[in-house]
Amino acid sequence: MTPPTPQRLELREQMAELPLVAPTGQREPVMQLQGRALGVNTGVPLNLDWIDGVRINTSAVERRAATLLARRTVKKDWQVAWLLRAITCMDLTTLAGDDSDERVRRLCAKAMQPVSGSVKALLGIDELPVKVAAVCVYHLFVETARRALRGTPIRVAAVSAGFPAGLNALTERLAEIRHSVEAGADEIDVVITRAHVFAGEWQRLYDEVAAFKEACGKAHCKVILGSGDLATLRNVARASLVAMMAGADFIKTSTGKEAVNATLPVGLVMARAIREYCERTGMAVGFKPAGGFRSARQSLDWLALMKEELGQGWLEPRLFRIGASSMLGDIERQLEFHGSGRYSASYHHPLA
Amino acid sequence: MANTSVAEKFRSMEYGAAPEDPHNSLVWLDRFGRRFGHFIGGKWRAPAQGRYFATADPSTGEKIAEVAAGSAADVNAAVKAARAALPHWQALTPHARARFLYALARQVQKHSRRLAVLETLDNGKPIRESRDIDIPLVARHFYYHAGWAQLLEREFPDYRPRGVVGQIIPWNFPLLMVAWKIAPALAAGNTVVLKPAEFTPLTALAFAELCSEVGLPPGVVNIVTGDGKTGAALVVHPDVDKIAFTGSTEVGRAIRRATADSHKKLSLELGGKSPFVVFEDADLDSAVEGLVDGIWLNQGQVCCAGSRLLMQESIAVPLTKKLQVRMAALRVGAPLDKTTDIGAIVARVQLERIEGLVAQGVAEGASCWQPDVPLPARGLFYRPTLLTNVHPTSVVARTEIFGPVLAAMTFRTPAEAVELANNTAYGLAASVWSESVNVALQVAAQIKAGVVWVNSTNMFDAACGFGGYRESGFGREGGREGMREYLEPVWLLKAPPLRARAARSRRRTQAADAARVIDRTVKLYIGGKQVRPDSGYSLECRSSTGALLGETPLGNRKDIRNAVEAARRAQQWGSATTHQRAQVLYYAAENLTQRGQDVTARLAAVVGRKQAAEEVRLGVERLFAYAAWADKYEGVVHSPPFRSISVAMNEAIGTAGVICPPEAPLLGFLSLVLPLVTAGNCVVAVPSESYPLIAGDLYQLFDTSDVPGGVINLVTGRPGELLQVLAEHDDVDAIWCYGEEKLCAVAKRLSAGNLKQVWTNEGRRINFFSAREGEGRWYLDHAFQVKNIWVPYGE
Repeated sequence: MTPPTPQRLELREQMAELPLVAPTGQREPVMQLQGRALGVNTGVPLNLDWIDGVRINTSAVERRAATLLARRTVKKDWQVAWLLRAITCMDLTTLAGDDSDERVRRLCAKAMQPVSGSVKALLGIDELPVKVAAVCVYHLFVETARRALRGTPIRVAAVSAGFPAGLNALTERLAEIRHSVEAGADEIDVVITRAHVFAGEWQRLYDEVAAFKEACGKAHCKVILGSGDLATLRNVARASLVAMMAGADFIKTSTGKEAVNATLPVGLVMARAIREYCERTGMAVGFKPAGGFRSARQSLDWLALMKEELGQGWLEPRLFRIGASSMLGDIERQLEFHGSGRYSASYHHPLA
Repeated sequence: MANTSVAEKFRSMEYGAAPEDPHNSLVWLDRFGRRFGHFIGGKWRAPAQGRYFATADPSTGEKIAEVAAGSAADVNAAVKAARAALPHWQALTPHARARFLYALARQVQKHSRRLAVLETLDNGKPIRESRDIDIPLVARHFYYHAGWAQLLEREFPDYRPRGVVGQIIPWNFPLLMVAWKIAPALAAGNTVVLKPAEFTPLTALAFAELCSEVGLPPGVVNIVTGDGKTGAALVVHPDVDKIAFTGSTEVGRAIRRATADSHKKLSLELGGKSPFVVFEDADLDSAVEGLVDGIWLNQGQVCCAGSRLLMQESIAVPLTKKLQVRMAALRVGAPLDKTTDIGAIVARVQLERIEGLVAQGVAEGASCWQPDVPLPARGLFYRPTLLTNVHPTSVVARTEIFGPVLAAMTFRTPAEAVELANNTAYGLAASVWSESVNVALQVAAQIKAGVVWVNSTNMFDAACGFGGYRESGFGREGGREGMREYLEPVWLLKAPPLRARAARSRRRTQAADAARVIDRTVKLYIGGKQVRPDSGYSLECRSSTGALLGETPLGNRKDIRNAVEAARRAQQWGSATTHQRAQVLYYAAENLTQRGQDVTARLAAVVGRKQAAEEVRLGVERLFAYAAWADKYEGVVHSPPFRSISVAMNEAIGTAGVICPPEAPLLGFLSLVLPLVTAGNCVVAVPSESYPLIAGDLYQLFDTSDVPGGVINLVTGRPGELLQVLAEHDDVDAIWCYGEEKLCAVAKRLSAGNLKQVWTNEGRRINFFSAREGEGRWYLDHAFQVKNIWVPYGE
């Protein structure tokens, strides 16, 4: 019996057959998906048929989310590497009512040195450029952060436009975005009007996000869906697609202020929406889960989700961010444990 | 000191190795000196012939241990031990047995990792599966059946255990199959001799040790290792009361034939070629994951694997592309690595079978696509494989490959999807993907399979029966119906053997004979019409005193063929509402009451006035009883530990052949035919040999009672000849044969061809005049088959 000769997959060929939806604007390749070069997202016209065609089976998505983590794990040096990578994809965040300039400067100091020298020495990784991707603050602290981070590659992200409810007048929200950009924000995390989703007013949602995007100018527009508020995975999928069509650079799960924040099923649905969008338009959109993260393990889970559903490109800060504050402390403790072999205490690590 | 290892991994972001440490399992093997005897009567025993065989790790080819090669002498010793243990085991209270089952569940959990690792070593399946799927289901099965053990007397009050049970299990889910077999057998009060598969004996032996640890009385569970010959010795052992087998359809057929001459009850869980149907309105990404769980679970070595992908034409291209992208991300490799998706194929012979079938498929024109994923340098591995350009004519669309090979086809409409799904000799499982509840449930109801998963696949639970339609076998495992396989009505055990009928004297009075013949011209009744027999011959029918009562047609194989075709055309009866079926039965009761005196008078010539009157009176009652049952023998909504509506639906089996018993010509006929018809089956019945003239009364009754043509067909003649045609007919789905022991054996042996469900009186005399013995759930249990439909929900 002769075994058959397997035909190798030529992904580039396969994917090239997929219809391209109006690739407008610049096509500078930023990332590869399944071997195909993707440009930055400049948006496409609203396609209502696409929105109508969304099918999400919640229980099946939940099963995949659960088994995905059971199928993948990283141990030893690989785990160290992945935890370090998680740090480089982190939007280190403070979004509390009692935030102050000093508090933000302290956060920025941590952002520049997320892993202490002693731990880096223990792990033998002094030369690795480990810094968080961005610091995420309210509009009021953009300038503070900008000054504190001067001379570093760390970006400043602002949650502008009436965060977290986003229910101010659109003109006011757009004005706030422009102010943040003028103040030096590299990225704007902006929340959509959830009511447009509930009402199925996709055109209004599209126009809103397009306006955000325009107001952002050269700053990256990270569109927060408020997945906890949207309640159903179907809503999350449809809102994801509209936001991407309207030109979002990133789609982000939640504000961190909802009763339920980033869950893996939500992340899975958004990642699949991104994949679909990339395949159909040839343009890449980033993903940012946020809200309620505490443990180092969660950072590994989200990285694995990205790698499985979207591929290597989404393990880079260019297309993947994780919005967190206390997660970093736990990652440091795990890193120290890997270096020393002893379980670590949180008070050994500098506060954010 | 710079750690280039971390830096390199930081850039590559690979998963890296994540091996499960097998140390504790190897220590356990070493404790036995890596050599195992049989577990008989609570002790480890060296094989009688002193021969052992090796079991190997398929991912490396390395020998793990040696196990005893079981001979007929070993099997005999094990059966003796099981028989000896039976009185004590059955004398225990249900609660005491429940405690043992509970203790086994606990013990499995306490040693779960050792068992999982051992399973992976012996079988080659990924540790994720043995750890997260197999072993938790093993524990769950014992918990669930601890419950049945506890409730046995209240929930099965008129039942007794069968006795000594022989069980033979396959290599794909070794310990899970141990649980599926042993838990219900013990819960029902049986004792067990189990033979694990030749390739994967180790976890069954580890389980034997757990039995000792919980203090299970010696002999209640016996494990004999060996190959097919050992299994064959168990199958033919005269002191075994039941055989439960999971494995290939071919071996299932052989077992059916080998047990035909015995009273062994049989349950067979055999092969499958399960359809995985994806409609255009499905969540395609989730359907792709369903395929990963369906055909790439356990390297596709799963009897219920979704191995035939049926895609609606409109989504075939995007679904195929999504599937290929997903397949490229599957990791084939060391089974003990926690990030392995696809482990090793169990044995070289299996790998060769997979390669051979795929090559054959390609030779027939199928396109074979495999992702460029790396394979380990040694060991038995096979890439996940997608075959397109496959048609129902292709060997890869019809043959169970039992490997990680998916054969894809397309369909245009839901009706065509059902037609293609059912175009198989098997009927084990199906998976249906659609976001429309209407489409999904309509198709789920129409697919011939014992399990249908809607928007999901390969979900299992002890509470939900599992088992097949058609040549996937019969009997169910799990649930209440699974318990029934190990129980028998008390009265049946006490029923006396049916005596051979004394030859009738043929005292003739020519004149009287002539008058009778003119009076009574009876024909066959096929498709709702009275027809003359193909043969053109008739048989005399004589009274108890030898007087000629009339002549009946001598039906032959062509008449049976026509009747079966008529029954097939009448299958709509199965989808008639239960209310409609009840109405027909009530109406028949009404009409039998009206004709009661005539029927009684004619029947009296054969069975005497008293019995005749009683048969008619009880016949009316029986019609009422099944009219009553029609809408009251209902399915169940199960409660598995998932967010799912899991429904056990009772469905008709299809076309049933019935050989009516010699005694009680009217009541015997009604007692067998009515439950089948109530369940929606169509029947080809051979009326009682002692008074076939009853056919004339019966078809007049059915004609006047709105029984649709073809639902009940009557063919008179020589039961032995007609049975042979029925039992060998591949379009007959069940045989109920009530007659002498020899006739029952013929029914069982000849039915092996398409593995139709056979139910006989085992040559016993059934008292149809008692409602307890002659009517009710016991009959309906056999007249229906259970389909479990899983509908996970959530928004």
